[in-house]
Parts: sequence; C-alpha cells; structure tokens
Amino acid sequence: MANNRKTVIIKVKRRDNPNSKPYWEEFELARRPGMNVTSSLMDIAANPVTRDGKKTTPVTYDSNCLEEICGSCAMLINGRARMACSALIDKLEQPVKLEPFSKFPVIRDLSVDRSVLFENLKKVKAWVPTDGTYDLGSGPRQSAEQQEINYPLSRCISCCCCMEACPQFNEKTGFVGAAAISQVRLFNNHPTGKALKTERLKALMGDGGIQECGYAQNCVEVCPKDIPLTKSIADVGGQVMWQALKDLFRS
Amino acid sequence: MAHPKIIVVGGGLAGLAATIKIAEMGGHVDLFSIVPVKRSHSVCAQGGINAAKNLKGEGDSTWQHFDDTVYGGDFLANQPPVKVMCDMAPGIIDLLDRMGVPFNRTAEGVLDFRRFGGTLHHRTAFAGATTGQQLLYALDEQVRRYESEGKVTKYEGWEFLSGVIDGNRKCRGICAMDLRGMEVITFPAEAVIIATGGIGAIFGKSTNSVVCTGSAQSALYQQGAYYANGEFIQVHPTSIPGEDKLRLMSESARGEGGRVWVPKQPGDKREPRSIPENERWYFLEEWYPKYGNLVPRDVATRAIHKVVYEHHLGIDGQPMVYLDLTHIDRAALDRKLEGILEIYEKFVGDDPREVPMKIFPGMHYTMGGLWVDFNQKTNIDGLYACGEADYSIHGANRLGANSLMSCITGGFQAGPNAMNYARGVHKSGYETPQPVYESEKKRQEDINHRLMSNDGTENPFLLWRELGDIMTKNCTVIRYNKNLQETDAKLVELLERFRHVNLSDRTLWANTSFAFTRQLYNMLQLGRVIAQGAGLRNESRGAHYKPEYPERDDVNFLKTTKAYFAADADEPRFEFEPVDTSMIPPRPRRYDAAS
Repeated sequence: MANNRKTVIIKVKRRDNPNSKPYWEEFELARRPGMNVTSSLMDIAANPVTRDGKKTTPVTYDSNCLEEICGSCAMLINGRARMACSALIDKLEQPVKLEPFSKFPVIRDLSVDRSVLFENLKKVKAWVPTDGTYDLGSGPRQSAEQQEINYPLSRCISCCCCMEACPQFNEKTGFVGAAAISQVRLFNNHPTGKALKTERLKALMGDGGIQECGYAQNCVEVCPKDIPLTKSIADVGGQVMWQALKDLFRS
Repeated sequence: MAHPKIIVVGGGLAGLAATIKIAEMGGHVDLFSIVPVKRSHSVCAQGGINAAKNLKGEGDSTWQHFDDTVYGGDFLANQPPVKVMCDMAPGIIDLLDRMGVPFNRTAEGVLDFRRFGGTLHHRTAFAGATTGQQLLYALDEQVRRYESEGKVTKYEGWEFLSGVIDGNRKCRGICAMDLRGMEVITFPAEAVIIATGGIGAIFGKSTNSVVCTGSAQSALYQQGAYYANGEFIQVHPTSIPGEDKLRLMSESARGEGGRVWVPKQPGDKREPRSIPENERWYFLEEWYPKYGNLVPRDVATRAIHKVVYEHHLGIDGQPMVYLDLTHIDRAALDRKLEGILEIYEKFVGDDPREVPMKIFPGMHYTMGGLWVDFNQKTNIDGLYACGEADYSIHGANRLGANSLMSCITGGFQAGPNAMNYARGVHKSGYETPQPVYESEKKRQEDINHRLMSNDGTENPFLLWRELGDIMTKNCTVIRYNKNLQETDAKLVELLERFRHVNLSDRTLWANTSFAFTRQLYNMLQLGRVIAQGAGLRNESRGAHYKPEYPERDDVNFLKTTKAYFAADADEPRFEFEPVDTSMIPPRPRRYDAAS
C-alpha cells in the first residue's frame, strides 16, 4: 500500500503450454501513478527481463477492452478472481501475485480456456426465440421496473470469476455455475424469452444443475459487475422446483 | 457444399448482424474473430443508438436524422447510403427490442430516448450506459442459437492474415492463423465480409480495444482494396487519460445534462466544487448557445484544445477540463449513467456524482475505412466490408450514437448482398483451383518464417510506442503539412527498422507478441495512408482541421480520398472521387449560429 516506493514487484505464475509444469517469475517495474495489472503486463512485454536480469518472453494473457466490459482479462490477483484491467497497482498488496484461473484449462501463462461458459449458455438456450429479423413492429411493452430488474442481469460479462470462486464448480460436480443460472433468470423474465422457460429449467435439473449450489455465496462477492447472483440462484431454484412438481403430476 | 459458404471476419456488431442475415437466408457462415465474439469492441459503446422513432412529440423524422448526419459529417458522405441507414433505423430499434435488449423505458413502458450531440432531438435509445454491450449480447445470443443449429461455425482465437484473391481479382476465401498453435490455414468461401472494426492501436493509446489495429483492412489494402478517407479520425472530446489506454467517458454524460467547464483563473488550485459559478467558464455553452455542450465531437474537441493550449486554462495547468454531473440528482444518474460512472470510479478513484470528472480528448474512431460501393462491396469481387471497417456513412465526422446503427445497417446489407453473390458463384459450379490457396498460404508462412528467424535488435513494442506517439501528435486534432510530412518520413523509418525486429518469444504456442508484430507491420502501412491523405487534403472539414487552410473547400475537396497500394514502390497512391450530394445540397456547417 505504501505509495513512496519507486518500483513495484510483480510475480507471475507462468506455464509454457498445457503439458508443461508451471514456474514463477518475478519482475520489477518502475512505478507510475494510475498503473494497473494490464499496463504492468504491457511494460513487461516492452522489456521482458526478470528481476534478476534474466531475459524471458512476454507474458501471455487475455485482454481486450481494458475497461472491464469485455470480460477477457480475468485472473487470480493476490489469490482473488478479478479483472486485471480494473486492478489498480496502488490498491494491491505488494508484491503483486498473478496466477491463471485454477479451474479452467491453462493455455499458456495467464490465459485459460473459458469456453465451457459459452457451451453452458447454449445448453440453457440463453436467447429470445425471435421469428426473424424482418419487420414485425415494436417489441412487447415492459415497465420501467421490469427493465430495472433485467438490465443488471444482462450486464454479465462472462468473465467466469463466479465460477472460479465457487467451491462447487469442479470436475466432480460438473456444476453449470452462477453466470448461466442468472442468464436463465434473465430470459425467463422476458415476455418472449419465457417461451423457452421449461426447456431452460429442465437443462438445470439433475447432475451439474442448480442443485449443486452449496450457497457459499462466493459468486456474488467476486462478481465485478455486482450482479445479484445469489438472488438469481434462489429465484431460478424456485422455478426449477415448481417445474419438477409439475412434471411429477403430469407423469 | 450444400449451402453457399460465406466467411465473416470480425464478431462485433457489424459482423454478427451480417452473420444473422446470412444464416436466416440459408447460407453457412464461418465466423472468424481474434477474441470470443462476445468480447468484441462493440461492448465499449456506451451512450446509445440513434433512430428517429419520434416518441417524444418533437416532430422528429428519418429525413431530419439523415440531414443531421450529413451535416454533422460536413457533407463528405455519399448521401444515398446515409439515407438508407436513417430509413432502416426505426425498424432496427424494434428488432433489437424484440431480441430482448433491456432498453430504458418511460413510465408508460415504451422506449425512452435521450439527446446526443449534433441534433436537437431526443433520438438516442439506450440501455443504461452500456448500450453497445447490450446490443452486442442480443446479436451474440441470436448467433449462438444459429450456431447450435449448425448454421454458423465459429473460429474464435483466429487472426485474419489475408484474403485469397485469384488471378481474376476475385476473393475466394481467407488465410488465417490459429492463435494457439500458430498454424496458417486457408479457408475457401464464395464470399468474404470484413467487419474488423477500428484502428485505434495505430495511435498507441486510444479509446479502442486491444484488437482494434486495422490489421485486416491494411492487409487487404496491400492486396489491392481501396482504402477511403483514411485521414478522417475522430478524437472524442471526453476521455479519461490512463496508463494503458484512454477510457471513454460517453457523450451521454452531456446528453443527460453534463456541463464542461474550466476555472476562469489560470492554475486555480481550489477544489472544483468550491469554485463559485461566476468564476467558472462554461466555454461550450458560451461559444455555441444553441447546441451548448452537445455540439458534435470535432467541434467540442477543438474547443477543449483551444481552451487548454491557447487560453492556457487547463485544470491546474494540465491538459484537462471538467465534465461536471454533480448538479444532477443521484438517482437519475444511477438509472441512466451507472455503467460509465462506475468506470470513472473504478479507474480514477473519484465518485463523479460528488466530484467533477477530469477529461481530455482521445483518439476514438475512424470515419475512413475500406472503400465500398452502395452495396457494401469493395473494389474486389466477392469481398464486402461493413461497420467501422468501411468508410461509407460518417463523412468527415461521425455523430454520437450513429456508429452502433451504422454497424447493424451495414451488416444487414453486406450479409444479403454477399449471400446473393455467393449464390451466383455456387450455381455456376465454379471451383477455385487449389494452387490459388496454396500460394497465398505459402506467402503468409514465408512472412512468419522471416519474422521468427530475424536476428535484429528492434523491439516491436517500442516501435509501436514510437508509432503511437507521432500519430497522436501530428495526425489528430490539428494538422500541419510540415508535421504530416515528418510523420510519413518517420513511418518509412519505422518500416525500415521493422525489418530488423527481434522477437523475444519464438515459440509456436499462444505467442501473442508474434501475432502483435504481424499486426504492427500492417499498422505502419496504414499509418502512411492516414498521414499522406491528411497531407493532400488542403482544407478543413469535420474532424480534419488544418490551421493553414481553415475553411472547407468544396471546389477542390468535396471528394472521397481513395488510397491504393503501389506494391512496386511500397507506398500509397491516391485518387479522388466526387461525392454524391444529390439529396441535400451542401451548406456551411455552423454550430455557433442557427443553421
């Protein structure tokens, strides 16, 4: 936290490829006001030399918008799942420790494969089933209150922080994770989107479904967009239960 | 092939819009993107999307939208495509609404509209202050649906290297590189659509995302595609200076009542809120009483520049002015602007509801891009372009909230037009000879091999910083011919030094600096198009301002600049094409008086 230091120390957990062993490298960078984790990684790329003077390679990491809206640069920063662009160096404990997410396959260094979320979004049919792009007039009227519930849910940036932080998200459970469940809530709330409600809820039943949630509440704590994830899980959990009951009586 | 196959490069708003149309028409799309499409730069658009829905009883019309856009662009845009965009716009808002975009609502439950720069009407639909994100997600969801039906194949994590162009100058597919295995592969298609967005990285730090390098446009320009109006670069008046990028502070902040000011006293060190009203200078409101803080971006940018560099009234002597929202009710700010206020809070550490924001102009958008005809087709058959990557809509200056609309309308035209062309090729049964693909693949592999085995001393990231510094200094707000020449000479020097680039990483796995170095070469080549194009245009028009030639010159320069690449000389050449002004006769553009 001390602002008087002239340099910052960044420790990066590196890995050359998915089949090799991880190792740590330490970098010492000139401190500049306003620097963040992504600008530090850019500095390393411009001069890839470790603290002990060894030449190395630029660190591979995912990034794009650098304003916490594209969801690319998620990683573990001092052990916490968060976005690298909004992690200001001056607000971090030194030395700053960067690691890739632990629950997703590492591609190289800090870059991991998070495509599982996009696959899950397919499974839960996270879309509004429109008839087509031709002109059909305006959409259904919705109250401002309705918009104020849906808009925050729609701000999910698919960063997967909620999944990384969740104790239940692992290979054993196959848990779908909070992000996808919250999208189910969003689309079930939509006047047209709810046409697929039953299919979405069925996709959340059984192994890996919503029942795997252990209510640790880590998801809502790490979400960089303050999405009410636990509320979504409770809400969708209720919907799934009703659906299961309906199915029971129908069969 | 059972269905015509079309390649779309770029998964932002324009690329996804084209993809949806093609899938709907029964074609198959191979969709290429460097990042997962949901992470494309369109998510950064904040304030809204324009359409003359006239839901505020103001008598707005699509013709008025058309007139504002043409006038805002200082009459440089060909008018027929602009008219098409404005006419399509209200229907597209309806469609987005049907797709589930959580647009803000009025008390009655209909769409709410806000004001934006360059118009006197409430014409901008919005979803909080993250409208681009919400629109991109809506299209992304529809594309995911088509993907699950097998109509779209995504290639995410692939870098476009070049078009495959045969001996008859027809585009037959693309050559791309897998950003994990670094393997170069050619992909055949009956038509190709380029929707690769902006070119911010050429200016080093900008409001653009990391992937916005203009590399694809530049590669195609070097293969014979025309690049038009490259010298028209929009500098957004309100960005937040940062270490790694300039973060945008949306025009919606002014649309919702934000006021721009500086202390009247130079170097005033008081807390901004303690400075009384009569000691503040609201210079935009004073200079432009009719539009006030909502003058178009080029006008606001030059005004801020003038206040800082000529009146020496930047805050605390720094190149910054206040953008003030503190007089607006907190709840209203949170409802309409939360997303952008959050950005300021997170990255600067101050709460803009309590403290006026400090902002300065930053490179934001290119009005120029690949030349296209009125059907979004480039000068190469089978090759189309749309979105920020093409030049067609915004003339010499883009109005706020027109870019999201132009992306969708561009994609909605490029898609079907490419599909119709592809159907023709498909029916003819034409098969591209294999050597066409093999020779392009070989050309790209040779470039990779040279880069990987180079033994020079130049660091690509440092070359890039030099590029960004000189482009920002000489090719943004104010342009002098002497400086433009100096810039071009510097670019030639950087291209020469590029030959001695040394990659600190030579592995063939997820090598991001290698991919970046390839982009850098293309940035340097496109930089010359911008600098030289600006040099040739001896007038001031829209975002292009030359103090030596302060007036618009319709006699000599009411023309589209068309650059093409002279391969033997390794430099751009230029042609000029008359602008179609058949609908609205050009008139002087004056925001300081009634027009």
